[in-house]
Amino acid sequence: MTDLGPLIPRNREAHPPALDPDYKTSVARSPNLPLLSMESSLSEETGPTFGHGLIGALDNNLILNWTKGAAPAVGERILMHGRVLDERGKPVPNTLVEIWQANAGGRYRHKKDTYFAPLDPNFGGCGRTLTDADGHYQFLTIRPGAYPWPNRGNDWRPMHIHVSVFGHSFGQRLITQMYFEGDPLIPRCPIANTIKDRARLDQLVAPLDMASSRPLDFLAYKFDIVLRGRRQTMFENKLEGM
Amino acid sequence: MVQKLEVLVESASQTAGPYVHIGLMPTYAGNAGAYAQEVGVSPIAEGAQGEIIEIVGSVFDGTGWALRDAMIESWQADAAGRYPGMDGADPAVSGLCRFAADAVTGEFTLRTVKPGATSARGGGTQAPHISLWIVARGINVGLQTRVYFEDEDNSTDPLLARIEQRPRVDTLIAKKTAPGKYRFDIRLQGAGETVFLDI
Repeated sequence: MTDLGPLIPRNREAHPPALDPDYKTSVARSPNLPLLSMESSLSEETGPTFGHGLIGALDNNLILNWTKGAAPAVGERILMHGRVLDERGKPVPNTLVEIWQANAGGRYRHKKDTYFAPLDPNFGGCGRTLTDADGHYQFLTIRPGAYPWPNRGNDWRPMHIHVSVFGHSFGQRLITQMYFEGDPLIPRCPIANTIKDRARLDQLVAPLDMASSRPLDFLAYKFDIVLRGRRQTMFENKLEGM
Repeated sequence: MVQKLEVLVESASQTAGPYVHIGLMPTYAGNAGAYAQEVGVSPIAEGAQGEIIEIVGSVFDGTGWALRDAMIESWQADAAGRYPGMDGADPAVSGLCRFAADAVTGEFTLRTVKPGATSARGGGTQAPHISLWIVARGINVGLQTRVYFEDEDNSTDPLLARIEQRPRVDTLIAKKTAPGKYRFDIRLQGAGETVFLDI
């Protein structure tokens, strides 16, 4: 039985509310009126596909990709790896995973970041890859630094890597962040704390994975990502063209 | 104890933050060359069938200020109403576009082909529309909405029919400003708040 029915409705309790006053920018950017909930249609059940021709050889190696392999970035070398699964626990193969992050000093290579930690001339801060047949992906990168941000008087972002995933349908689209096990800034961060259920926040914290680290080279952190699933088709109306 | 359900919980969303462009639109972030080919630069290639249109707009917050840091993705069918990957779909329509509010003016532009009507589950038709997904600093879960067109027949669209307060339907309809040109503003909050979707 294939999962080609409508998308499983999004479990909004797993997600942050739109409005969280401790994250000040959300106050004027959160809808007041309820979302319109409907069963998915072709518009949400279809989605873009990406070929391997898109992905360059160094795209998933943030230590080397900015300099095209000429010189490595500064910082603690880490492997970020995991699987993309759906709510039914099935792997999501051949889907695009994109990441971006600050450098080891907590500075982003973006025209609008003016934090005085210096840019690393050898670090760009973005990477991308496609999951394999079992939903696995991996990136070689450096551990990003924590950094201060203008919110309350003295707020700091914990070390984190932004993660964007497509899945196979536009309705599965997700952007989230990976945090690092043991970071004392996580429980102090108003953005991490937009997630009200501790179990759901813990799901975004990658454990140190010594079994996947490489001696004398890099540590590893494991980060699995779960996307919305789809209902199974036995009793579903057939959607024309699918 | 009852049987265990073999289901996982979707990973919680987190804001895309102010620097989303680094990862998803490197050239916009000032990092041209990060990738040989960026994703979603245009939803159409040379030779796409149908009417080429341009949709211009802004994303306004609850104070009426146009966001300078919003990033939007669009997804759509081709001129005949076929989504990429479906039988007979126009090979020149990839369907996905990424575009950002201008860092100075806050205005975005989407250049694409006007999509055709698409089928709805169990019969019926969805009026021509483009799906949007909006992310930015301060948006905790990406906001879904749709662009419909004022010069199309929207009377039997199943989604528009579900909007109880009829004046709110207008928030999803792009206004024609010239041949092939439309205006579509998105209001995150307050007067004229756009209908956002949970689909």
